[in-house]
Amino acid sequence: MSQESTVSKETAVVEQASPDVLPDDPNRRFWLGTACAVGGVAGVATVIPFVASMSPSERAKAAGAPVQVDISSVAPGQMITVEWQGKPVWILRRTPEMLATLPKINGDLVDPMSERPGFTPEFAQNEHRSINPEWMIMVGICTHLGCSPSARFASGTSQGMGADWLGGYLCPCHGSVFDFAGRVFKNQPAPDNLPVPPYYFIDETNVMIGLDTPA
Amino acid sequence: MAGEKVVETTGLLGWVDRRFPLTKMVKEHVTEYYAPKNFNFWYFFGSLAMLVLVIQILTGIFMVMHYKPDAELAFASVEYIMREVPFGWVIRYMHSTGASMFFVVVYLHMLRGMLYGSYRKPRELVWVFGVAIFLCLMAEAFFGYLLPWGQMSYWGAQVIVNLFAAIPFVGEGLSTWIRGDFVVSDATLNRFFAFHVIAIPLVLIGLIVAHVIALHEVGSNNPDGVEIKEKVDAKGRPLDGIPFHPYYTVHDILGVAGFLLVFAAIMFFAPTMGGYFIEANNFIPADPYVTPAHIAPVWYFTPFYSMLRATTAEFTWALVAFSLVFAVGLFFSKNNRGIWKIIWPVVLIALAILLRVFDAKFWGVVVMGGTVVILGFLPWLDKSPVKSIRYRPGWHKLLYAIFMVNFLVLGYIGTQVPNDLLNLISQISTVIYLAFFFFMPIWSRLGTFKEVPDRVTFKPH
Repeated sequence: MSQESTVSKETAVVEQASPDVLPDDPNRRFWLGTACAVGGVAGVATVIPFVASMSPSERAKAAGAPVQVDISSVAPGQMITVEWQGKPVWILRRTPEMLATLPKINGDLVDPMSERPGFTPEFAQNEHRSINPEWMIMVGICTHLGCSPSARFASGTSQGMGADWLGGYLCPCHGSVFDFAGRVFKNQPAPDNLPVPPYYFIDETNVMIGLDTPA
Repeated sequence: MAGEKVVETTGLLGWVDRRFPLTKMVKEHVTEYYAPKNFNFWYFFGSLAMLVLVIQILTGIFMVMHYKPDAELAFASVEYIMREVPFGWVIRYMHSTGASMFFVVVYLHMLRGMLYGSYRKPRELVWVFGVAIFLCLMAEAFFGYLLPWGQMSYWGAQVIVNLFAAIPFVGEGLSTWIRGDFVVSDATLNRFFAFHVIAIPLVLIGLIVAHVIALHEVGSNNPDGVEIKEKVDAKGRPLDGIPFHPYYTVHDILGVAGFLLVFAAIMFFAPTMGGYFIEANNFIPADPYVTPAHIAPVWYFTPFYSMLRATTAEFTWALVAFSLVFAVGLFFSKNNRGIWKIIWPVVLIALAILLRVFDAKFWGVVVMGGTVVILGFLPWLDKSPVKSIRYRPGWHKLLYAIFMVNFLVLGYIGTQVPNDLLNLISQISTVIYLAFFFFMPIWSRLGTFKEVPDRVTFKPH
């Protein structure tokens, strides 16, 4: 392959036309900009279906639908767990003794009146954190990193808690403790009270979890 | 800072350039890579093929988020994507349209190579990598087609895996090993999923990188077959070359726009393409006990499938004749000297005997594979003194036209139910296909060639 260098006016023409020597051309710049803008719009339009496909599908949304629960067989002091949106929801029928523990420990809690945003709906912003003081309904997922706390209903040391323990829940992962209204104690890894889901009582024995008013 | 590399760029870019050849690579492959200025429509398809690869990978990733590679769940998971995943139907149809468009683009890209002699020295390796890419693409499409677990998926896989059973002695064991079971089953589905999603894409990407690097090492060919590096200016830049960026980056964007127009039209208005892109039978879940009345591979496999079907026991006599003609030809050829004068004819006579000893079923498989692999030998079969069809004798153009029409005929026959007439035509077409390649060292030299110009033919526009 010969590497002859043809020194001719063709060379001169080539040099003059090289990109680093072209003068500024506002017209060309305008059309370049316009083309890029239109291309950008097309690019965004293309990305939308892909990003949207990652949102919950119809099946996932259907699986997250409200759940109706029959609470007629729950005895005082007993707790049942139901699934809503893939999460454990606790329904605890509190005894008067359990309710009595709540005002005693306000000083030890981070948010006794449940004023911090995002975890307690309006209807539950009271000391017992529920519509009906006898029934405590909350999502059983620790507000630290998501483990499900274990029940420690007995007061005192019989379940491995401290001598002044009045009863509630202990999260096994990092040790956060909550009371019978799901309120978190001070100086724990968890920053917030256990979430209260939207719910309402259909009648004496049925509660709808997932909606706070009938649809 | 003694001993630190000196680079032209400054600032952050300079920091990077002292540690990674970023500016060097951009200059070498994009802004100071000189490509011939006379590229025409046929030169869009390489960059389009890369675009389709990106589309397939992107849509594939987003479908794997929802697809279940389990025989019990696969079909339903595809319907889930179509009906319940937000915009799932867009992504699925993009992937299925993309699969067919990949082959349209690649076939046209290969045709360009054949017409302009792009595979000729010094670009043989570019072509060989390309043939390897084509083989991987066929495997990728085949593995992917099983995943929806429809009737056509299942029975197509059954037939193709049984091709391996045709190999004498090791066939049955090999087929069982490929399937992971005695019939196509859940085990087969899961491993085909692994091949389709991970193994072959990785190999494909590696081969495509090699393909482009080999091309850039020698520079592109062009429709006139003129080597632009032979005429350079004082700075060593080809007189007939233009920097890839901005000229061909912008040019290729035009190609992309046109392509996406066609792609979107198909995707939104005719994604099944009358049963050719997604076959009607594939909307029925796989049933291992019932084979559909009409099995055909997807359209892009049909030319080679025709040649497989054409290889009957009777047809092997034609192949025997081929072998013996070549045995005689190579014995008397001046190009063969010494021991090769004996070895080639002996091998070909042995082949002629084996053609009648082993079942035609096996030779069908060999023919199907061979008709793809023979493409890889083009750089050495083509003995024409000129590269591009523009400067070849007029009757060469006729031969190429016959080859193309013949390929389309083979493709059409592959979609049809076999009958006596179609079988005969496919056998004749197979002979034409094979003869085009096997006799190329002779016919490509014949005729009066036109004078190849010094510089490329280019009209400014």
